[in-house]
Formats: sequence, structure tokens, C-alpha cells
Amino acid sequence: MELLDKIGSYCLHTPWLYALLVLIAAPVAGALLTGIDRKLTARMQGRMGPPLLQPFYDTVKLFCKSPMVLHRPQLIYATLHLVFMMAALLLLAQGRDLLMVLFVQAFSVICLVLGGMSVRSPYSWIGSQRKIMQMLGVEPVFLLMIVALYLRDGSFLGSDLFAKGQPLLPSMPLLFLAFLCAVAIEFEKSPFDLASSHHAHQEIVKGVTLEYSGPFLGLIEIAHFYEIAFFFGLMMAFWHTNIIIGFLLASAGMTFMTILDNSFARLTPHWMLRFMWTVPLSMALANLIWLWVK
Amino acid sequence: MSKAISKSPWVVHFNCNSCNGCDIEFLACLTPTYDVERFGVLHVGNPKHADVLVVTGSVNLRNRHVLKNVYDQMPDPKVVVAMGICPATGGIFADCYNVVGGVGSVIPVDVHVPGCPPRPEAMMDGIIEAVGILEKKRKGEAVDPPLLPVKTVKGPEAPPVTPEMAAKIAAAKAAAEAKKAAEKEN
Repeated sequence: MELLDKIGSYCLHTPWLYALLVLIAAPVAGALLTGIDRKLTARMQGRMGPPLLQPFYDTVKLFCKSPMVLHRPQLIYATLHLVFMMAALLLLAQGRDLLMVLFVQAFSVICLVLGGMSVRSPYSWIGSQRKIMQMLGVEPVFLLMIVALYLRDGSFLGSDLFAKGQPLLPSMPLLFLAFLCAVAIEFEKSPFDLASSHHAHQEIVKGVTLEYSGPFLGLIEIAHFYEIAFFFGLMMAFWHTNIIIGFLLASAGMTFMTILDNSFARLTPHWMLRFMWTVPLSMALANLIWLWVK
Repeated sequence: MSKAISKSPWVVHFNCNSCNGCDIEFLACLTPTYDVERFGVLHVGNPKHADVLVVTGSVNLRNRHVLKNVYDQMPDPKVVVAMGICPATGGIFADCYNVVGGVGSVIPVDVHVPGCPPRPEAMMDGIIEAVGILEKKRKGEAVDPPLLPVKTVKGPEAPPVTPEMAAKIAAAKAAAEAKKAAEKEN
């Protein structure tokens, strides 16, 4: 036990080793969460569902396929999407400036949009335009969340946030709800499942990722696993003082996503934007005003 | 690596002049009763993401180019499953003026699933068979071309003829002949 503690503290205080651990553990965790999500979805629909490790098989298989690429920029955008997502996760894990984390994550999504726009398929274009609308809906909520953190702690640094002894959830419950809606959009869950129509590829076939295939689609899948780990980490940060409660909170958040995904049909992009700019945004603002008055 | 490819076959489904019978049965495979996703099968709408091409219906002069195009867009390794008797030989549409024949006349087929339509169980069996071929192709092993189905649907046996029925048939035959003879005389 003492040895384990020593190894743990050595890993935490050696920056490159810590970064490496985060970069390896995050996609594994993301893929496992996806597997649990698929299994849970299947059970809710009265099916048996794929095995728990299915996302791993899918990703490995994608790297077995022969590479087919339309042109070089497409490849660069897929790689940049992954690299910026990894960078955002690393910045968050190291407790850097949260505004920077937000911008790097947004730039990663922008890379995906640019990749979707760089080909001539109309479905890919529609998907990219919808992705931009999703960002329009999501980014104000994230920004207000960070402003609220600043109002509470007087710092934009993640490390300062972790140093405080008070959990975030009691002081920002409405912001957490708004954040859950935003995360549902980022995860492409059903009422907001617009840019890449996750299930059965109806409507716009596969949206942004339509023209990607084989290993390059695999890169995007891995980036998505990083994204899931990123938002899981952010949800845990709402109760950062106790890791078990934080984990339970984030798990509850993920379960909420699955239930949401299974109980709603897809709605239109305009509806999504109208919803995001009214309900979650006013909840976030109300929370912000409360923090400011307090 | 080869294990992964056999555990996650993504299927793209192309309706090529089919009467929709096979398509309905194939979609039934996705329902909770059959749940083909438990084998890792995903029903994708994009040939660029797919490993298995499921074709229903016979090929005609118009859609053979589309079928070839869809096949060419799939990255290797890939397999083709012909669902039903129409994509095997042209089926009931074989003699139509615009029908070229089975899918095999345009692209190489790896598995034939006979039936009109095949049962969902048979379809799932066909996909699992195709997955084995996919694994072989990934390893670079030789794959034998499939045999065309000889006998597909066998109906129930005709009921035995009773004496009353035989008498009725004989009476009907006699009446028909008498009618013919009367027509000739006129």
C-alpha cells in the first residue's frame, strides 16, 4: 500500500509521466463508457446488446481497413481534431487556465467542421453547418460556467479551483443542469443528435464524418473517446473534494444522457438553438446573478 | 486484429430492384427479437464505413452502375452478401426485359442466402458466414466463390385426393371437354 502511494505521488509530481498516464487512460475510459452506454441502451430497448468491449473492437477494426482519403487536408483536419482534443484534456488535467481549455476544445470541434466542409458531399456540408449551430448553442453555457467559477473563486485557473475546499455543485446547481444539456449536445445524444445522426444513420447519413473511412474515421472515434473522458472529468469536477461522490455524480450524468437519448426523437437544429438560448442559458444566467449577489 | 474485424462487421444495405420483402425481413434482424447488434453488427447508411454489403433484389440495366459504385466506395477488406433468390439468379424477375441477372454479374458475391424472403435467422447466419470470409480476406487467404442455391423455397405437400374430389375433378374435366366440343360444332 505504501509502495502504491509512493508510485502514485511520483506519477502525479512527474509532469511527463502524468501527461502520459492521462493520455493513455482517457481513451480507454471513454471507450468503456461508450460500451456501457451501448449496453444500457440495448437493455432499455429489450435487446441483449453488443459486448462491453465493442467500441475497442470497432476502433481496432477501423485501423485494419485500407486507407481511403479524398484529399490531404481532410487527413490533416482529422489529425488536428484528435490532437487539439488531447491538448484540451491535458490542459484540464494539469489545472491550467479554464478559458484556454475551452478555446482549445472549441478549436478541436472547428477542425472537425473544417474537415466536413473541405469535401463536396452535401450531407457532409449540412452536418458541418449543424455542428456550427451546436457550437453556437453550447459555447455560451460553457463560457458562463467559467465566469461563474471566476466569480466564486476569483481565478480562471483550474488548479486554484481544485485547491478550494468547497464542492461546486451546492453553489451552482442550475449551471450543472445547463452544463448537462450542453454535454448532451457534445455527445450527439438524441434530441440534439443533429450533426452526425448517431443511430442508424438516417436523415443526413453520417453528417460531418460522412467522407471519412477506415483509419481516419478511427482517429475521429478516438477523439470522441477523449471528448467523453474530458466531459466526464468536468462533471466530476463539480464535486472535486471527494473523488467517490464526484464519480457518482458524473455516472449519474452519463445515465441521464442515456435515458435522454432513448426517450426523445431527434428535433430540428433551429429548435435546439432556440432551446439552448432560452432554458439552459437563462438557468446559467440566474445562477450567475445569484453568485454575484451573494 | 483479425479478431476485431470479425467482431464488428458494419453492414450497408442496398436495395437493388427488390420487391421489399427481403428488406423488411432484414430490418427485422435489428429488432429486439433477433438483435443482430449482439454480434457487433451496425446498420450504417454509408458504404465508406461498411465492411459488409447486403444486396437484395435483382440487377437491372439502370442500377448496375449504382451497385458497382457503392461496392467500389467500400474500403478493403469487404464482403458481399446476396439476400434472397433475386440477387442470386434474378429470381422471379429473371425474364424481365430490363433485368441483367443476379448480383454476381456485376460484383463478386461471397455469400448467397436463399429464400423468398429468407427468414431473419437465415439472414443472420449469412452475415456470420460473411464475417468468417472477411477474416480470411484480412489474412490474405484464398476464398472459394460460393455455389448458387439450387433449391430455395419448398412449399407444403399437396393434400391427398379423396374419392369425392376425384369424382368432382372428373366431372369438371368432362364438362370442359363437352363445352369445347360444343364450341367446335358451332
